[in-house]
Amino acid sequence: MEEYFDITGTNLTIFVPRELDHHNAEIIKEGADKLLRTHNIRRIIFDFGKTSFMDSSGIGMIMGRYKNIRFTGGTAIAIRVNERISRILTLSGVYKVIDIYEGLPQQSPGYKGGAI
Amino acid sequence: MSHSNEATNGYACPSGDKECPKNMDRKNEAPKGHIGCPKSMDRKNEMRLEFDSRSCNEGFVRVAVAAFMTQLNPTLEEVADVKTALSEAVTNSVIHGYEGDVQKITITCYIMEQEIFVEVADKGCGIENVEKAMEPLFTTKPDSERSGMGFAFMEAFMDEVKVKSVVGEGTTVFMRKKIGQAYNKFDQ
Repeated sequence: MEEYFDITGTNLTIFVPRELDHHNAEIIKEGADKLLRTHNIRRIIFDFGKTSFMDSSGIGMIMGRYKNIRFTGGTAIAIRVNERISRILTLSGVYKVIDIYEGLPQQSPGYKGGAI
Repeated sequence: MSHSNEATNGYACPSGDKECPKNMDRKNEAPKGHIGCPKSMDRKNEMRLEFDSRSCNEGFVRVAVAAFMTQLNPTLEEVADVKTALSEAVTNSVIHGYEGDVQKITITCYIMEQEIFVEVADKGCGIENVEKAMEPLFTTKPDSERSGMGFAFMEAFMDEVKVKSVVGEGTTVFMRKKIGQAYNKFDQ
């Protein structure tokens, strides 16, 4: 099975799959919530590096995780966001609550993604 | 419109009608199939898919419709728009129409002229108030993390969205999008 998650320190990186639809959103949701319960996570990083498709189910999943981490005082960011995903994040208003980076943020301690 | 271009383009409408877009000036356009002619109504190309309302089928349907619409020579952007809108409609049927029950969803898809028409029909619970349902951020399932953006996305990515719904009988979402507008932008 594809590896969707990585935990480094207090960072949880979610490697968003190629297609984030209703089906995949449910899988990520369950996995992420389990990790959020069992680990001390301060920041969620959504890595869209290989994502080419997302719909409103993806938005629901992101907002749900954002609410969960805000509850414990943490933050969420989205990285390696391409034009298509950016459009959907903008359209849905997610960009108002989550910092979005086209590449990697300048300082990303603990980020362990693949090559860009 | 110029007939001198017909020769250079190397394609012309066999109906010989000047109004046919095939015979119009399209210097930046590669010859397409013969879908573009409104005179040839028999050129309407239709397909129908019936599948179980399982979330794992959503990916398959998206790809099938995307492959079908390639006949219109769409841009990647246009394909992605249709895929997103379709995905929203199918997700609605799976989650709201049948509420997790496994029943059939039917997609009827046809292309005519430069437009793609997609109809997603289910025989689920139906929508009580369609207008309300189409409001952005309105959702009947806030606990299960539905964003309420489904219809808003469909409207954003397609040219036209219509919903027919009868409570207890089912819902049909009808969508239309014109393909090939990117060429016009280039001309300008």
